[in-house]
Amino acid sequence: MMLKPRAILTLFILILLLSPLLLPTYQITLLNYIGLYALVVLGLVLLTGVGGMTSFGQAAFVGLGAYASAYLTTTEQLPDWLAWAGHSPWLALLVGIALTAVVALILGALTLRLSGHYLPLGTIAWGISLYYLFGTVEQLGGHTGVSNLPVISLFGIALDKGEKMFYLIWAVLLLAIVITQNLLNSREGRAIRALKGGQLMAEAMGVNTFRSKLVIFLISALFAAVSGWLYAHTQRFINPTPFGLSMGIDYLFMALIGGVASVWGALVGAGVLTMLKQWLQDLLPHLLGSDGQYETIIFGLLIIAVMHRSPGGLWPILMRFIPVKLKSRQLLQEDGPAVRLDQRRPPRQGDLILEAQQVTRRFGGLIANNNMSLQVHAGEIVALIGPNGAGKSTMFNQLSAVDTPTSGEVRFLGQSLKGKSSREVAAMGMSRTFQHVKLLPGMTVLENVAIGAHLRGERGVLSAALRLERAEEQSLLQEARYQLQRVGLGDYLYEEAGSLALGQQRILEIARALCADPCLLLLDEPAAGLRFKEKQALAELLQKLRGEGMAILLVEHDMDFVMGLVDRIVVMEFGEKIAEGLPQDIQTNPAVLEAYLGGAE
Amino acid sequence: MNFQIAVLLGQDGVTNGAIYALLALSILLVFTVTRILLIPQGEFVTFGALTMAAIQSGKPTALGWLLLALVLIDCALDLRQMWKTGKQAGAMNYGEIKWSAIKIGYTAMLLVLLHSLTLADIPMLAQALLTLALVVPFGPILYRLFFQPIASAHSLVLLIVSIALHVAMVGIGLLLFGPEGARTAPFSDSGFRLGPVMLKSQTLWVILVSIALIVMLFIAFERTLYGKALRATAVNRMGARLMGISPVFAGKVTFAMATFIGALSGILIAPITTLYFDSGFIISLKGFVGAIIGGLASYPIAAIGAVAVGMVEAFSMFWASNYKEIIVFTLIIPFLLWRSLTSRHVEEEE
Repeated sequence: MMLKPRAILTLFILILLLSPLLLPTYQITLLNYIGLYALVVLGLVLLTGVGGMTSFGQAAFVGLGAYASAYLTTTEQLPDWLAWAGHSPWLALLVGIALTAVVALILGALTLRLSGHYLPLGTIAWGISLYYLFGTVEQLGGHTGVSNLPVISLFGIALDKGEKMFYLIWAVLLLAIVITQNLLNSREGRAIRALKGGQLMAEAMGVNTFRSKLVIFLISALFAAVSGWLYAHTQRFINPTPFGLSMGIDYLFMALIGGVASVWGALVGAGVLTMLKQWLQDLLPHLLGSDGQYETIIFGLLIIAVMHRSPGGLWPILMRFIPVKLKSRQLLQEDGPAVRLDQRRPPRQGDLILEAQQVTRRFGGLIANNNMSLQVHAGEIVALIGPNGAGKSTMFNQLSAVDTPTSGEVRFLGQSLKGKSSREVAAMGMSRTFQHVKLLPGMTVLENVAIGAHLRGERGVLSAALRLERAEEQSLLQEARYQLQRVGLGDYLYEEAGSLALGQQRILEIARALCADPCLLLLDEPAAGLRFKEKQALAELLQKLRGEGMAILLVEHDMDFVMGLVDRIVVMEFGEKIAEGLPQDIQTNPAVLEAYLGGAE
Repeated sequence: MNFQIAVLLGQDGVTNGAIYALLALSILLVFTVTRILLIPQGEFVTFGALTMAAIQSGKPTALGWLLLALVLIDCALDLRQMWKTGKQAGAMNYGEIKWSAIKIGYTAMLLVLLHSLTLADIPMLAQALLTLALVVPFGPILYRLFFQPIASAHSLVLLIVSIALHVAMVGIGLLLFGPEGARTAPFSDSGFRLGPVMLKSQTLWVILVSIALIVMLFIAFERTLYGKALRATAVNRMGARLMGISPVFAGKVTFAMATFIGALSGILIAPITTLYFDSGFIISLKGFVGAIIGGLASYPIAAIGAVAVGMVEAFSMFWASNYKEIIVFTLIIPFLLWRSLTSRHVEEEE
């Protein structure tokens, strides 16, 4: 029997609702901890699993939320400017959230540009700094901490017992899970999911990847702060210990053991580790004969084992044993009348679109491009060809603003590209594909293509989290489907992009580029890896686009494909232009023949 | 603050800085060769110091038995590997048996020494050598058990395993050495008078040994063929392998060096500072601050950065002792900022 996810979820919520009535207080306390931890770990799933950034500092954000509330609700004489927020946990929550947001934005701005190892090391550094700060500031009670925190009251009910806090904690957690899932299935969410392994591509599609990083960093910090607030008012006593680096490491371990790729992994990880810790703390002192935190030995080895055997964590393993019918989500609503997206006014046939003027690019002593000039007009297909190592890819990078010429200028729609990022160029109407296909293999074909339309939507993170952007979302997805049907991939909308053949992946990239509604297409070896029929279909598509006034520049090695299709050819060798002209002239040009076949002796 | 206090603080700063410099170099060494950020470096320091303390108090530490257990697992894995590849190739290569015998024999000999000698009475140099003989083999064995199977994994996976190993080792440290701190006898009691201030002899020991080690490392890496081979592995694993350099061996050698440096640092500072089973983390993190100042690439800048960390720590102890750790770890942020502004963003390919 296959169960529907919705049925399981309903069952789960029902069990949650009943558990305070059935379980002893001790178990409820444990469940409270699991909920509190899972909220922090959920942020880590977003940050590490989805965004590919590792943080050991989450415990410090938990501390910020907890201490902000503890300070505001227990201090007798607050400074005047804070007096309004005194003695109310709810106002303290607001202040805590604002404080955490400010701190997270500063720390994020400082550290999120770092790549590789610097980011996790940076999080360790500020994690430790904040921890020591909690312990040294006198107003925060030093190492003894703060006690006698008031209870939270909700609709006039004082949540003074673990059984009552239980409902608040788990309601907040479930809400956070829903928000996270909503966010991930949106325009902003696709940009976030592109952070892991697709940043270059995302920037070329107009996504501000740094902003996306900052967004999830902020969200994960806020989840942590809310967890800290709940913790402080559940315990009604805090000291710095649970906000130190070792707890930060524990949070990351929970995420890894549960599985960082799924929001439910957060729950599994927090649950497994909390229960295990409890059990080991009872068991190990008996076995070893003395008290101490010996469970860390087991935890450390357990994590190593998980990293060796199942780097995806426990959730994927669990899913193999639970009979849940997971169909790929039908993202498009067939009935909804989606509004077509606005299109930019196409340039007139023959208008000058792209112009390179005497572009030279030097890498040290090597001149990769020397004095290259070329033009592309609306309604024209131009091919850039040349033997391997001729400098085509470097030229391509100059034209698409990935790289900046040493001298000379590239002009697009009359504007110089000097100092422009690939993001700005994308916004101006240039769209491209990549020589080595860059797509997100785990995402559906439809969603991959929808990234191309990123700049054509405008609804942000908040409306995505609350599902207020569904109409725009439908329009974006409709556009993606339309472009996929146009290139002949209409049957694969819900397949994983990574499961397509290489040729189809190249076509997918073209659909993604078209989704941006460009007036210039830059295609890097679009026919490589395609079969004969597919090449024919591609040629037809490009011809059709040309008819609509699109300007197309392509780099290509397949001469049969190029000669039958393009209007003009520019030939490069050793970084320089050696010929330019109509296909039939190029075929008989002696300089070109020599470059390709070697000179006749 | 007068001159005398400044000299005293400077002395503390240089002593700690020299240790941080050693650790920073060892962290860099391991990172460049294996891409692993060796967080457990600090545990090698505490293991060294606490083993030395145990030996001085005449107790044969249980560390020997842990070593024996790990060596047995290690040998079992090696022999299984030998059996497998031998079966595939159709001919057994019995060299592994000899190696296993050597490893087990070495450990057995250590255990016999530990339990037969009156440890508290042997000369201090012998105590130190015994400590090193006990602790250093952990490096290559830990590499063999935990890192070698995933040597080509994503660098973040390596980092997480490294942290996990640190967490486990802290627990093991508590189990083996107990929660009490330990301090060992100084190498010599004499002091030196330099103008108006006394210099502790242990300070000189630390500085001299550090400089000697740094010079030795420099010579080993710049002047010997094997040092060059290790650097080649750091630049390009695959290329080095094609040239006949074994990345497994390179990994084990660098881990052995890191353990040696760690344990020796522990022995050096044990007479100055009281160390606990969990003191290692903060110490190695300060080494990391040095290594990061050096951009995880430059040895001299890392060493200078580490000494600077020691100085900042010593002087902030005087002016704002409560905020010592905060100041040291916030020190890293300007450097991170500087790196984030200067380094061009390059996408990591998965």
